[in-house]
Amino acid sequence: MDPLVAAASVLAAALGIGISTIGPALAQGNAAGKAVEGIARQPEAEGKIRGTLLLCLAFMESLTIYGLVIALVLLFANPFA
Amino acid sequence: MHHSSLLLDFSNWFDALPLASLEVGQHLYWQIGGLRVHGQVLITSWFVIGVLVIVSVLATRKIERIPSGLQNFMEYALEFVRDLTKNQIGEKEYRPWVPFIGTLFLFIFVSNWSGALFPWKLISLPEGELAAPTNDINTTVALALCTSFVYFYAGFRKRGLGYFRKYIEPTPVLLPIAILEDFTKPLSLSFRLFGNILADELVVAVLVLLVPLIVPLPVMLLGLFTSGIQALVFATLAGAYIHESLEGHGDEEEAH
Repeated sequence: MDPLVAAASVLAAALGIGISTIGPALAQGNAAGKAVEGIARQPEAEGKIRGTLLLCLAFMESLTIYGLVIALVLLFANPFA
Repeated sequence: MHHSSLLLDFSNWFDALPLASLEVGQHLYWQIGGLRVHGQVLITSWFVIGVLVIVSVLATRKIERIPSGLQNFMEYALEFVRDLTKNQIGEKEYRPWVPFIGTLFLFIFVSNWSGALFPWKLISLPEGELAAPTNDINTTVALALCTSFVYFYAGFRKRGLGYFRKYIEPTPVLLPIAILEDFTKPLSLSFRLFGNILADELVVAVLVLLVPLIVPLPVMLLGLFTSGIQALVFATLAGAYIHESLEGHGDEEEAH
């Protein structure tokens, strides 16, 4: 592999996973906070809120995972190598 | 001197343990006809299918009115899957879709957990390694394409060619986005599952590489939890897509 391509790929993988974490982190924090508010207001709805929250968290998580997939492609299956 | 050689021996012994290795993108290739397939994925998929079939057969061999043991457990699983489908598709039309969504859920769930719980690493292959079948992009893309096919089928069967009205229903301006959606749905479904499972296995492998004992346990438990959630998410999304094409964007007059 061309050393320049290797260096750029590693840097891009690290930056990519780091940056793709920011958005979902904010979103998950927001969702979790709102869920806690909801449970505080209506403790009897806790089960339903928890289920929905977990599902929503998984969706947000998947955005980071897309970044991770790109990073893994760059590291292990680089098309430019 | 003696001391250091002991240490060296110990580390050699440690390397020989088949606990920790990081291999991504190495596969056991089989040539079937003109196709080159990833053998290790097929082996583990067959294992998962075998487990599901054997457990189902054992559970339904002597059906009793008051269930006990395995039959009880499988009835619980069926109820769970049925409720999941009912929640997504609705009381009226959910019944024909239970087998599809249940199969998706059970196959993905057992695949994910078999990767974490079954000691695949003890069986060594000439190339590549055995792991959860869902950590190969081909498996997840196949599952996602099945889902795409099924929601198109659901829409056609219910509404015929009127199904295509959903592309231009609110306004034709959104046509490109509506078409794009049909491509992003399987893409995001497959990447989500594949990325999550591969990430779990990589994190566990890296931690085992660093500290082989005790420390990776919490992460493994987290991995089991995430695997279950991902199976649930895949099945839920499949249900949601089917519901969407059964219902269409136009008729919102359904009484809840």
